[in-house]
Amino acid sequence: MKKTALYDVHLALGAKMVEFAGWEMPIEYQGLTQEHFATRQTCGLFDVSHMGEIMITGDDALSFTNYLVSGGVKPVPMRMTYGMLLHHDGGVIDDLMVYFYNPQKILLVVNASNLEKDVAWIISIQKNSSYQVIISDISSEVGLIALQGKQASTILQYLTTYPLDTLKMFDFEDLALHTMPFMISRSGYTGEDGFEIYGKNDDIVILFQKLVNLGAIPCGLGCRDTLRFEASMPLYGHEMNETVNPFEAGLSFGVDMNKDDFIGKEALLRAKSQGLKRKIVALELVDRGIARADYPVYDGDHLIGHVTTGYLIPGHDKALALAILDVGYWDLGTLVQIQIRKNRVEAVVRNKKFLHKQYVK
Amino acid sequence: MSKVLNGLHYTKSHEWVKIEGNEAVIGISDYAQHSLGNIVYLETKEVGEDLTQFDELGTIESVKAASDILSPLSGSIIALNDEVIDRPELINDDPYGCWLVKMIIKDSNEINNLLTAEQYQLESK
Repeated sequence: MKKTALYDVHLALGAKMVEFAGWEMPIEYQGLTQEHFATRQTCGLFDVSHMGEIMITGDDALSFTNYLVSGGVKPVPMRMTYGMLLHHDGGVIDDLMVYFYNPQKILLVVNASNLEKDVAWIISIQKNSSYQVIISDISSEVGLIALQGKQASTILQYLTTYPLDTLKMFDFEDLALHTMPFMISRSGYTGEDGFEIYGKNDDIVILFQKLVNLGAIPCGLGCRDTLRFEASMPLYGHEMNETVNPFEAGLSFGVDMNKDDFIGKEALLRAKSQGLKRKIVALELVDRGIARADYPVYDGDHLIGHVTTGYLIPGHDKALALAILDVGYWDLGTLVQIQIRKNRVEAVVRNKKFLHKQYVK
Repeated sequence: MSKVLNGLHYTKSHEWVKIEGNEAVIGISDYAQHSLGNIVYLETKEVGEDLTQFDELGTIESVKAASDILSPLSGSIIALNDEVIDRPELINDDPYGCWLVKMIIKDSNEINNLLTAEQYQLESK
């Protein structure tokens, strides 16, 4: 199993380690619930070095990236865009963040579980085209940590003279922290204000410990998932996969249909004209119980879909779920039944605002 | 290391049982609560239900995962711990203080199928 550069630090902090996407990662340190609240109330610190980084360089980097991903990548230096890699049939290969440095240099940050698949796909697309680009998987050289929460900017500001206030959501910058070079973006996966910080593995280890000393609370992948779910953010393999298109997943904001052409565009146009047959909706359980991923959802005897993610989130009274349901079951207030092991439990379709977001725009 | 209390019997699936005459008091071990993480949900069979040894007695869930609770012995349920059902997070702080159900033991010979504290200590290392 692969280990991040922070492995020994996690053990020293008392982390419970688990296998995730071929990596040995901390699931929690002091406890998932405490860490969830720490991120919501003060500041959490996450090792996400397992994520994949793919650099696209060369004269055609911008046009190639815009053909490759669903999101509209604008030539605005040091801005990020959310998007997806799609199959020609519109199914989602992966979702990713696109970091635009300049028209000849673009960084893609992808899910750890999909890195090899993504790299193979991107190379195959380039080979069958005339785009002049170099594709480099730089994941093993790059450490990545996320500092998330209301106090993230206050804590990070102790380590740099760069005015972090000027860095707006989805901006990024190369800068020095504690005199070491990093790339940081104002972004994250928790629904809180915060930063994702990329650097050399050795520097990341020093920075992580520095941030803990300044009061950031180490947080595991356990609360990373409850936080992103509470913020209604999708996770690859749950809300989307190769058989689900972005519209079904509720990710139209990650698709720019105004672009000339991109892989999957034709299929998405077709899907749009035919109308969606299923879609991700939010459910709240009426009865006791917790709905979890893959539990089937019924209307009486009729199977209408399945849960994609579900939790009793720390601090909530009702168990919540995201589920992909057939057409006809999307209206707010619709009653459905979730099969929880041997029991059928009543649930109601609700809005996706589990959390009231407080981003600094 | 996880705490194991002397004087209790244990199952390989990490339940504890305290024998009080013809009654059994049942909970989950320190090892179990630690493996589960923050416990948020508990569901058990009802009072009056008859269980066979190692049958499902209920379900316990942490934020991350759901796990079956197995009945250490055969018997009839006579009481549920409503306080713990309402506040299952108490189990994380005091797994041996939080009993889940009490039952009338049907066959005390089945106690021989359980682990002693010493045996469980080795089992849950």
